[in-house]
Amino acid sequence: MTAISYLEAIREAIDEEMARDPDVFLLGADIGAAGGAFKVTDGLLARYGASRVIDTPLSEIAIVGAAAGAAHMGMRPVVELPALGSIANASDMLANYVATARYRAGLSCPMVVRGHAGGYGGGPFHVRSAEAGFVHVPGLKVVYPATAEDAKGLMKAAIRDDDCVLFFEHADLYGRIKGVMPAGDHVVPIGKARVAREGTDVSIITYAAALWKVVDAARELALLGISAEVLDLRTLAPLDDDAIEATVRKTHRALVVHEDTRTGGLAGEITARINERCFEWLDAPVLRVTAHDVPLPFARSLEDRVLPQTPDIVLAVKRLVSY
Amino acid sequence: MPPRDKAPVRAVARRGGVAPSAGLSREQKLELYYWMRLTRSLEERLVALSGEEKVVGELFRSLGQEADAVGSCFALERRDVMSPLARNLGAMLVKGATPVEVLRQYLGRADAPSRGRERNLRFGDLARGFIGQLSPLGDMVPVMAGGTLSFRLRGEDRVGLVFVGDGATSTGAFHEGINFAAVNKCPLVVVVENNGYAYSTPTSRQSLARQLVDKAAGYGVPGEQADGNDVLAVYDVARRAVDRARAGEGVTLIELLTYRRAGHAGHDDQSYVPSGEIDTWASENDPLDRFARVLSGREKVPAAELGAIDQRVQAEVEQATALAEASPLPDASDALSGIYADPPG
Repeated sequence: MTAISYLEAIREAIDEEMARDPDVFLLGADIGAAGGAFKVTDGLLARYGASRVIDTPLSEIAIVGAAAGAAHMGMRPVVELPALGSIANASDMLANYVATARYRAGLSCPMVVRGHAGGYGGGPFHVRSAEAGFVHVPGLKVVYPATAEDAKGLMKAAIRDDDCVLFFEHADLYGRIKGVMPAGDHVVPIGKARVAREGTDVSIITYAAALWKVVDAARELALLGISAEVLDLRTLAPLDDDAIEATVRKTHRALVVHEDTRTGGLAGEITARINERCFEWLDAPVLRVTAHDVPLPFARSLEDRVLPQTPDIVLAVKRLVSY
Repeated sequence: MPPRDKAPVRAVARRGGVAPSAGLSREQKLELYYWMRLTRSLEERLVALSGEEKVVGELFRSLGQEADAVGSCFALERRDVMSPLARNLGAMLVKGATPVEVLRQYLGRADAPSRGRERNLRFGDLARGFIGQLSPLGDMVPVMAGGTLSFRLRGEDRVGLVFVGDGATSTGAFHEGINFAAVNKCPLVVVVENNGYAYSTPTSRQSLARQLVDKAAGYGVPGEQADGNDVLAVYDVARRAVDRARAGEGVTLIELLTYRRAGHAGHDDQSYVPSGEIDTWASENDPLDRFARVLSGREKVPAAELGAIDQRVQAEVEQATALAEASPLPDASDALSGIYADPPG
């Protein structure tokens, strides 16, 4: 079994679903002839033709709105937005139209909106974390895989889902992270977190690329005799409350880590849920390690300062266990 | 502002020289009259119910605009899909919405199509081929572009028609949606219902374009303009556009010139409207009066026959009102469900 990259895993999932279901089609700028800005959809135009891999004008509102219209009619569009930072341009269509269509009007929107969001060295727009705002909107589902296996399995689940799923991809993971795909029809259920590392002293709850910084931190902590459990959320909406509760009840200490900015970030929501569901099980306050509240700068030294790093996570865990 | 019935109406390319409305039978013309009369009478009932404080929220009237909604939708088949504005009651009725559904929506009842979750005409039914709008104007253009794209991709013989107002032509969604539909040869008719005002903003403050139909050129699609208060002229332009869409020729932009006589919504006192303007339109350019004259004149329909239609409409409105007023209010327990197909535990 050969390992494939996070990017190849996403492509493989889309390819398998297009082969399986003729209603699945792709919509986006530069996805056909160019194969996508990062080549995620490379080769699919040749394989499925221009009626299933549709290059569009540079129009985020129209692409997302058109996907919704096609989805109403029973198709399953998979939309690529060029850098999910630009998802803000489609916010009205997603939050006002797509998210409310079923509740207001009984119209279903089985569609996926995907693209790279996080990443490094891209500056304030190309790698801006944009997930929290959409997690806040009732009616949308949000997934953000950290591993190649989950990238494939969650994409297949997203395409088959009867609601709109926002599929965030981390540009730095595209080539760096590889995995061996499970055999057969590999589908990872939406709404289920995964224990990425077992531990007993502290729970570190995270998602996307931050997972790999957390895993590094957990290794360092192990050398110091601190056993950290790592929970990879995988799905951000709906959150897996049961998995969060289970790990907190096990370790009695919780740290939430994400590369998104701090204020209004998901860590606040997760902290509130832990307080509501298992306050009595806590031996210390819930802490968070996040990006600082600034637009993400471009130069590496500045970006490293703004984003959470492994030493920040180690330090926060030390604070937690000494509480 | 010049009276809009004096506005220049662009000459439209007529195929074979015969207007499609020439092919309408006497029964079909009476049907057009019926839909327009039903629209007006149903709205008059809504005004009365609003006065009794039974209507939840605002009432959006199409008084004086009944012809453009009815005439354009009359060019569609049942399998086609249409998305209306809050002021396109006539279009909804032609497409199969019933008076009792409309009343239940406005009264916010449990058995309204949206179960009290959404207001006025914002409901849809894919089986009858209509999709309700939402507040951000222009957003239905991209949605209908995608719906009609799916018709083309699947080789289905269906077209779509989406209404926008003069105000929505200034939105990004309108621009992106019509451009997307044009490039993808979607079988879509975009109807700009230019009624002179977007809330208080006159069309002259929306755009410096000499006429909104001129925007068609920027998208590389045919544009046609018609007198929106002449139901047969509306049918003619809509029918030609629908035929083009069905033949695989893509998008048409239609501008229908009409006039909004009853304000943006119930609360709007229209103090910003030049004095006399509304009265002039009401007395000189009422679409129902105009069509009734055509029917009794050129079509030689006896007054008693039109009167019988009016009576039938009144009876239908009475019956629907009784049903709607007897409908239950939504149970609060219904508020928290139906957000997802598969609700998370």
